[in-house]
Order: sequence, then structure tokens, then C-alpha cells
Amino acid sequence: MRSWIEKQRSILDYTLASLLRRKGKNFSLLFVYMLVVFILASAMFFTSAMKREASLILQGSPEMVVQRLLMGRYDPIPLDYLKTIRNIRGVISADARLWGYYFDPTVGANYTFMVPHNQPLSLQNIIVGSGIVRSRKVGKGDIMSFRAPDGKVRSFTITGEISASSELISADLILISDTDFRNLFGLNGSYATDLVVAVRNQQELSTIARKITELLPDTRPIIRAEMVRTYDSVFDWRGGMVIVLLLMALLAFVIFASEKASGLSAEERREIGILKAIGWETSDVIAVKTYEGALVSFFSFAGGVLLAYGHIFFSAALLFAPALKGWSVLYPNFRITPFIDPYQVAILFFLTVVPYTVATIIPSWRAAIIDPDSVMRS
Amino acid sequence: MISLTNVCKGFNLGKLNAFTAVDGVSLSLEGNRITVLKGPSGSGKTTLLSLIGCMARPTSGRITLHKNLLGKNSFLASGDKPDVEITSLPERFLTEIRRLAFGFIFQQFNLVKGITVIENVLLPSYPLGKKHAEVRKRAGELLDTFGLRARARAKVEWLSGGEAQRVAIARAMMNDPPVIIADEPTAHLDSKLSREFMDIIALLKNSGKTTIIASHDPLVFDAQVVDRVIAVRDGRIDEEGT
Repeated sequence: MRSWIEKQRSILDYTLASLLRRKGKNFSLLFVYMLVVFILASAMFFTSAMKREASLILQGSPEMVVQRLLMGRYDPIPLDYLKTIRNIRGVISADARLWGYYFDPTVGANYTFMVPHNQPLSLQNIIVGSGIVRSRKVGKGDIMSFRAPDGKVRSFTITGEISASSELISADLILISDTDFRNLFGLNGSYATDLVVAVRNQQELSTIARKITELLPDTRPIIRAEMVRTYDSVFDWRGGMVIVLLLMALLAFVIFASEKASGLSAEERREIGILKAIGWETSDVIAVKTYEGALVSFFSFAGGVLLAYGHIFFSAALLFAPALKGWSVLYPNFRITPFIDPYQVAILFFLTVVPYTVATIIPSWRAAIIDPDSVMRS
Repeated sequence: MISLTNVCKGFNLGKLNAFTAVDGVSLSLEGNRITVLKGPSGSGKTTLLSLIGCMARPTSGRITLHKNLLGKNSFLASGDKPDVEITSLPERFLTEIRRLAFGFIFQQFNLVKGITVIENVLLPSYPLGKKHAEVRKRAGELLDTFGLRARARAKVEWLSGGEAQRVAIARAMMNDPPVIIADEPTAHLDSKLSREFMDIIALLKNSGKTTIIASHDPLVFDAQVVDRVIAVRDGRIDEEGT
């Protein structure tokens, strides 16, 4: 056993010396390898962190939202539907929500107007999200004007800013009073945007949803679990699309790796011949190449993953957040909570380290089984 | 100690460019002697050296080694017979024989570039799994013997021709093999360095080593220290003298 350890130590010594004397080749390889791992890991970390973020936000969202459909499209819902829903057994509460989108041509962004439940606002006062503060360069005491459907311009005084801790959902948010909301959007007092429903027993959610559809056939109840699923698929689709593109980058990397790492130069072949001639076994030569591949892989993989971690969780995905975060102009300025899915890291490991190691070992083995006699003739 | 019986080695057999490098050579080489295979380029002496040094297998014929060459610990030395027939051994065993019985000095020295003198000298010891301190001590002694101590940390590409050859000799001696095989060792040396090389070979002989040299340099085969000269031509033994 001791002899085996000494042998491995010697072979590892030689491997390190061997790596260092081909600095140019190995550092360029390390750089490209690290870059591919960095891009792949960034995409994976970003999508999984966003999915997690979205699911955390949705956990605070209502158990069930009821919308009204007209010709298959969303339509304001009459407030008298509330009574019908409250009368269904198992429903604890049903409340109306007022919210809507407003497109601001000045900055080309959509704002989300919402009437808060627990924070009554006085007339002509609004509270705005930090994305709006940044894009419109406004602050407390400033006036913002919006055009109502009747063509009149309505002005509001900013009385506060929504705290940055909830920026992911509040960057484009404007809180407004009930009356101002109805005036701004021309919404009749007997209608709401949608209704939120709370139920006593979670197991009965789908039964209650079915009852609502039976009693109010023009409505569509949306359960929170469905929303979570939709968010998941949206981010999966985005992440998936990126990963398909990155798989091509990975393929290019495999070609690069097999060319650079495994296409042994005449010098390397000669060296293998010398080692064989002076008594090295084929397995010793393969061990050197395996250690070489493993060291390059380990440092590239670890470096790429660490850089990606910093990129996503400390620089808020600086490089490709604009492409992945969505259509909004008012990007939330928030730091994603560090979250790593070990399963994804394992997949990344097998997508990069395994192809590289195989690409390194096979040609070395082919070179190692040649007759050492060839060295005598070089 | 080393016997060859009707050994032939052909290349590209069955093809248009087939040729026979060694043709029916029978030979017996004694221990603790310096034997030179002399002959012009292409005479087959390097191939003969490769066959003796277990770097290649003959196409036909038999090569046997005395067990003493392999040491007590070798699996191959465990049988009853005094000699080991190496012709039909798998590559793994041939590697073991190369490691235990032979030290090689190549025509181009074949040092591994980019690493230091001492690392080159240490190379043959790595597969043995001996203690690091022990092998470094041995390498240090060899560097002292060949006047290379000051150059231990130098990269081999910085060495002069004479120094490179002494490193090659030190490397060949690293595992303390009983037989040294040298292929055209003076091909890249001037007369002075060639004589120095032969002086080193004489020292090795005094320490009990057997040396087999392939050369067409008169400074080698005419040297006083040489015990036996075998002339090789067209893959056959042409004449022999002592």
C-alpha cells in the first residue's frame, strides 16, 4: 500500500511538472474550459434561483383568484359575484382586487396600478416602486400625471416609495386609492379586476373551484398551484432555451478539448515512448494523463462554478440578466438569494468533466500502447 | 547471460515495403563485459539492441535472459530454470524486465524537455514506488558521480551535449540495472567527450555492469576497455573479434 502511495505521489509530481511546462496550452485550455462552465453554471444558477424566487413570492399570493372571461379574454368581474362565492361551503372569505396595467410612452414601460387592502390612501396620492423612481427620476412630493380613457390627464402626488426589500414584485408598482383607480381606468364602481378567495381546507380547493365554475359559468378560478406551475414552466422554458444554446457551446468545447488536450503532439508521443522505454507501464502513462485531465477539469470546473456563483448572486447576473429577466423595461434592482441545486451542479459536472477526461485518456492510451522501440528510432 | 538463438526481425511483413532488419542472429553475451555491435547505418544493430533490451519482440527465434538480471523479487525469476525466455512474454512483463534489468542510453539522449536534470534522473524510479527520500538520495549520488550536482535544478534543454549525455547515463543507472544498453552514444559528441564517455563506461564495468553498445564510431569499438566487438551487416553477424 505504501509503495502504491509513493508511486502515485511520484506520478502526481511528474504530472504537475508536465502541466507547468506546457503553460501556454494548458492555461488557454483552462480559460476556455472555465468560460464554458461559467456560462453554463450562470444559466443554471440564474434560472433555478429565479424559479425559487418566484415560488417564494407566490407562496404569499392568494390560494385562489377568480377572473371573469368574455369571449375567452379577461374582463372585469361584477362585485355581486362575491356574495355567490361567499355562500359556497368551505369558503372563509372572498374579496375584490383592483389592479391594472398602464403603459407609459415616456419611458416605454408598463406600470402596475394596485389598490392596497391594508393601506388606505387619500385621494390623488400614490406610492411608487423603486423601478419607477429610477426610470422617471421622481421622488417623494413630485407629481406624476397619467392619461385616463376619457382623454383627461390626472395628476397624483408621490407620498412614498415602496421598500426595496420587495423589489422583485414592486419595481413597477404604483399604489393608488380605490376612487382614483376607478377614475383613472374608467372602471365602474360595481366591478373589480378579480376576486381573491380563501378556503378552510386546502384539499377542497379544486372542489370549490368547480362549484364556482358551475354557479358562475363566465368565471375562471385559478389555483395557486397552477400559478406556481406556470411560473416554473416559464422559467424552465427560458432556462431550457439558454441551455440548448449552451449545449452547442459545450459541443464546441468538446471539439476544442479533444483537439487541444488529446491530439497529442509529436513531442508528447515521443515523451510517452521515452517513459515506456525506461520502464513505465501503460497504466502509469494513462495515470499521468488522467491526473492531468482531472487537475485541469477540477480547477476549470471549480473556477467556472465559483465565478458563476459570484456573477449571479453578487453582481445580480450582470451579463445576461436583461436577456433572461423578461419583457419589462423596469428591471427590478435586486440581489438574488444564493441558492444552488446540487442536482444541477452534478449534471454540469458530468457534461463537462466526463467528456474532457474521456477526450484526454483515449488518445493517450493509444499512444501508450505503441512499441517503445519507436524511441530508439526517433 | 543473454542468449539469442536464430533471431529474426522483419518490418511491414506481407507488404510491398517489407524488409528484414535482423536475419537469423545467434549470439551469447557474457556478464560484466563491454560488447560493441559495430556496423554501418541500416545494418540492423539498433534493431538488435531493441530486441536485446526487450523494446521489441523478434519475428522468430528465441531470446533468453539469466534470472540474475531480474533480481530476487521479480515474479519472472521464480521458476526452476536458470534462464527466462522473453520472446513470448506479454508487454507488461517486458516492461518489468526493462525496468529491472536494463538502463538505456539513447542516441538523441531522449531526455524529457521542460523538467529539471534531477527530475529526468528520477523518472525510471517512479513506477517502483520506492520512498521519495530514498530515490532522491540515489539520484543525488548519481549526479555527484557524474559531476552534475550543480546542474540538478537546471532544465535539460540548457545543458551542453556532454552534460546531457551524462544525465542520460545517470538516468540509465537510476534503478541500478545490471545491463547498460547504449545506442550510438557518441554520435553527437566530439572526440574529447566521446573519450570521456568511454571512461565512464570503464567505470561502470569496474562496478560490475554489463554494457552493450551499438556504434560505428572507431573511438568506441577501438577503445581499450571494450571486451568484444561484433560486426553487423545486412542484419547478420559479419565477423566477431575480441
